[in-house]
This record gives sequence, structure tokens and C-alpha cells, in this order.
Amino acid sequence: MYWQPDEERMDRKELEQLQLERLESTLNRVYLNVPFYRKKFDEAGFNPDDLRSLDDIRKLPFTVKDDLRDNYPYGLFAVPLREVVRVHASSGTTGLSTVVGYTKNDIKTWSNLVARILTATGVTADDVVQIAFNYGLFTGAFGLHYGAERVGASVIPMSAGNTKRQIKLMQDFKTTALVSTPSYAMLIADTMIEMGINRNALSLKFGLFGAEPWSDAMRRELQDKLKIIATDNYGLSEVMGPGVSGECRERSGLHINEDHFLVEVLDPETLKPVAPGEIGELVITTLTKEAFPMIRYRTRDLTRIIEEPCACGRTLRRMARIMGRTDDMLIIRGVNVFPQQIETVLFEIEGTEPHYQIIIDRKGAMDDATVLVEASEKIFFDEMKKQKELIDTIKKRMATELGISVEVKLVEKKSIERFEGKAKRVIDNRKL
Amino acid sequence: MLRIRNLDAGYGSLSVLRHISLHVKQGEIVTIIGANGAGKTTLLKTVSGLLRPKSGEVLFRDKDIASLPPERIVFEGCSLVPEGRQVFAAMPVRENLLLGGYVQFKRGRSSEVKADLERVYGLFPVLRQREHQLAGTLSGGEQQMLAIGRAIMSRPSLIMLDEPSMGLAPLVVKGIFEIIGKLRDEGATVLLVEQNARSALRIANRGYVLETGRIIKDGDAADLLTDREIQRAYLGKDLDAEN
Repeated sequence: MYWQPDEERMDRKELEQLQLERLESTLNRVYLNVPFYRKKFDEAGFNPDDLRSLDDIRKLPFTVKDDLRDNYPYGLFAVPLREVVRVHASSGTTGLSTVVGYTKNDIKTWSNLVARILTATGVTADDVVQIAFNYGLFTGAFGLHYGAERVGASVIPMSAGNTKRQIKLMQDFKTTALVSTPSYAMLIADTMIEMGINRNALSLKFGLFGAEPWSDAMRRELQDKLKIIATDNYGLSEVMGPGVSGECRERSGLHINEDHFLVEVLDPETLKPVAPGEIGELVITTLTKEAFPMIRYRTRDLTRIIEEPCACGRTLRRMARIMGRTDDMLIIRGVNVFPQQIETVLFEIEGTEPHYQIIIDRKGAMDDATVLVEASEKIFFDEMKKQKELIDTIKKRMATELGISVEVKLVEKKSIERFEGKAKRVIDNRKL
Repeated sequence: MLRIRNLDAGYGSLSVLRHISLHVKQGEIVTIIGANGAGKTTLLKTVSGLLRPKSGEVLFRDKDIASLPPERIVFEGCSLVPEGRQVFAAMPVRENLLLGGYVQFKRGRSSEVKADLERVYGLFPVLRQREHQLAGTLSGGEQQMLAIGRAIMSRPSLIMLDEPSMGLAPLVVKGIFEIIGKLRDEGATVLLVEQNARSALRIANRGYVLETGRIIKDGDAADLLTDREIQRAYLGKDLDAEN
């Protein structure tokens, strides 16, 4: 099943022509309209007129997350705000988050690309799609929402949380497709079991999970517990949101929407292309985005390209499921967390030392993060009440800074191991 | 059908087209819109061989035609309806059309020319009425029909039209665009260059926006029609006045 069969099964030669055309016009537009890119291109000695082939993209400078932060909020927009019909911000980080925008056309493209992914899983106009992503600045919920509407499915904009109610609605509304993070789907499944609800009482057929890395073992468990076909999909708000790539029924890699995104897989150290099929960092250039084009965005996600054709008939190449991050960013409950953010909080709070350790466990299906914090001597040996106050303060600040709640434990000064060179701040006990 | 990659072209040291890439698929109408001087005519002249590209590829049915002379390109099946019609004013309508069919004679298909002529007369009944009249005595709209008919006589697989609406009355323009739509319905592939962006986008499948020799946007014609930037720049919509 295809949503846009002509595009999804396009002859590779035709696809490359289309990519070249779209890359050229994208480069012309950003050079004309975004001072940041013009400056960067000029510094790199690159003029859009120099582009001769798709490989010439390697002459272009990279864009990284910091560039988005430095140009907060609208600095990288390529159209005037009046053309922008939607603004989203990246999930996870607060304060200096990264802002992205969409024109009317961008939203249309986005809907179609997500519709491709839904259709590839098997979702049709007959389905009832329950979206258990949080609605808000995060792109996940809206992306899937518009895609599902585009397909013609009945959409239930449920948002995440309130698990028992999710399950009740699933029964009452005869939900056939669940959209959520895999860990939340697991919580739903476990809650159902606790409540003594038989999976056969549900009409569920499909699960479209994304926004955090998950394993095939987890897929098997979800498919079994919920009696569904579970597919992975990938995207990031910096380049669009969900809709960059998604699995078909073969469930052996995510088809990249290459007519809208040009992908490279590079060695994160040398920044040279890896050999075909090797693992490296995914770098994405948008080919059709109007409001917020991205040139060579370093996703920090590790994957590899699967060159072999897929049995489903799509000619769009696949990428392997995300194998990890190139830096130490953590994804806890679908939210991006940087250890540095924790450090920042600790630096600002009186009575703590900037020495900490993050321990992440998976309790049931949910991630559980505990931050061990060293207290300064004078506080530590003071009364219990003050300790509790301190813990509460840290917890509150962490929740604001990280966007998720974490457990905090105070430990004695110098009890956390010190490292020479790179510190091991994170103990990730999750087994994906 | 037509695939252009990194085409650079211009006149002498003057660079007009800067690494243009575009394609036209079988059975589509693709339009190129842009302001005066953007390079639209230069593009068609280059594809049809009247102008030699400085660099780049022009693949017509997978064959590089960038270095071929114009008559060979017509022979290959790629015909131009030039800007300003360029009919042979001192020759009768019928002879103008037969000249278009000359390439069929070269292909050894002279026997088909008569049927082709009938087909053109079918498309443009007014040309049959004026069959023996000198082309120079026709109205602008009729001359445009003649120019299109002459191109059809060469049995092209791709017809390129350069500003077919230029200098014509609105009602006549409407008729010309109807004919172009009809050609597509009959299976022709069309590359249409127009300043009249609205009419062009209405009948086209896809479009490219050419600005000072570079393509800055491409997409489905329907999307380009509703694109606010394009509406402002090329469709003459005063968006502020609407509010």
C-alpha cells in the first residue's frame, strides 16, 4: 500500500534528477533569504552556482543544533513570518530551545509524508487513530495528527498520560491504531494487564511508535502484548518532525522520503562519508522545506543506509533503526536530556557540588532517572529538614530545565567517582 | 522525456542561465514562470539548439542534444513555437504548415503529412478557412495558432511554447490555453514558458520559478498558484489590499 505511489516507487535516476533540481532551488533560496547561510557559504567559498552534482553537497558547511540556538528564535527562517502558519519548538530542552516554522505548503508536504508512513504500516480511512503523544510545541503529535487526517482516518487527539482513560477510550472508540512512544505503549500494555483487560477486547491493529530509540525485542513484546503490527518511524523537529522516514510492513528498516530529504551518513570524527552500508552519523538536507530549510543538519543519530531494494516495492532507500547518539545526549521518556543541563542546574544551586551521576533504569516500561548529587559539607551534616528542602529545590529546577522529573539523592562529598579526562556521568541500565 | 542538468547559457560573456536543472515527463505540461529577463526564452533557445550551452547537459529521451544543430533537434522530436510567432508572413497558411511537416519528409514519412495537415485543421478550423491567405494577413491569435500548428506538423514528442499569450486579447489567450490543454489530453508533452503565470499554472501539472537565471522554486502547479510569495511576485495579487 502506497500513499504517493509515483513518488515512493520512483525510478532512482528520476529521483536523483529531482533531488538535484530541488537542492539547487533550496540553495538558491537560502543563499538569497537567510543571512546565516549566505555568510556560512561565503566563508566556505561556496556559491550555489558551483553546485554541479548531488555529491557537491560535501562542499557545503554543516548546520548544528547550536546554530539553531544562536539564531533563536526566527534567524534561520527563509520566509517572512507572515508566510509562516505554524511554529514548533524542539522537544526536551527549555529556555534556549530551538524554533522551527512551516508555511502552508510545508504543512501540506508534512501531512503527505506522514500519510506515506501511516499508509506503509497499513492505516487507511477506515482506521481510528489514537494519538498519545503530547500535543504542544513538540512536533510528534501534530505531525501524526495531520498525516492521519490526510489519510482520512478518524483521529482521536488524546495526548499522553491518563493511561486508564486511554485504555477506556481505546475500548469505547474502537481505536485501531495507536501512536505513541514505544515506552508509553508498553505502559499502556502493562496497565491493561493489571486491569485484567484482555487484548482481544481491543480493536487495535497497528502501533506507530517513535520519538525515542527502541529495540526489536521491545517490538516483539509490544506486538505480542497488544496484538498489533508495530512500526518505527523517525523524524526530528529541526528538519520537519515525524515523516522523515518510516517502516513499511516488512519492518526491516525505515524508508527515507528521499524526494524531500537528502541524507548522508558520515563518520562523526572525520566527517567523511562512510563506506556504503556502514554505520555513521545521519546528516540531512531538506529539499522542499520553505519556511525552515536545513542544510546538512548533523542529527547526531547513528544509523546506516540499507542499499538493497525492499520487498515492498518502494525505491526509497531504507535506514536502519537508530542505533544511538553520537554525543552523550540522553533520551529519557522521549525527552532529550543533556548531562550539561544537569550540571548547569547544580552550578546554580547553593549547597551542592557540580559532581553528579545520572542513573537511568527502566522500571516496567518507563524510564526512571535518578541524579546523585554531592552536597557540600556544611549542608550535608545539617538537619534532615534542610536536606529535604534542598532535594525539593533541585528536583524543581531539574524539572524546569530538563522538562522531565527525576529523582534526586544527596550523597556525601567526594563519594562520586572522579575521572581523568572524560567523565562517566551516565549509568544507563536500560537494555534496549 | 526532457532532462536538463546544470545548464549554463548566455550570450557572449553575458551569463543568463546559471546551472539550471529541470525535467519534463511524458504527458505533462510543465511551465516556467518568471519575470522579463529571467532567462525563460534563453532556456528554450538553448534546448532547441538556437543557442549553444556553455556547460551542462540537455537530455532528450536519454540522448544528449546539447551539441546538436536546431534542425537535428526538431528531427529528434523536439519542436519550438517561438516567441512572437515567427510565421512566414509572405507565404500562405497552408505552405507555412507544410514547412513544419518538412521534417516528416526527412524521416521518410511524407505520406503522413496530409493526415497531419487535416489534424491541424481539425484543431484550428480557422486555419482551414484561411488556408490560401498569406500568413501576414492573419490576426495575432490566428498567427499563434498557425505557429502551434506548424510545430504540430513536425510530429514532436515535446512541444515548447515561448510566451504564446504575448500580445493577444484576453479572449484569444483563453482559446490558446484551451488548445494547449487539448494537446496534452491528446498525449503531447509540453514545456510552456509564460509571463502570464496564472493561466500557465492553471493548465500545467508542474512549474518552475525562474529568477535572474536561477530556479528558486518548483512544485505542483496547484501549489504554486496558492503560494503567497508567487502570488505577490507573479500573479499580481495585492495581498495587503485584501486584508
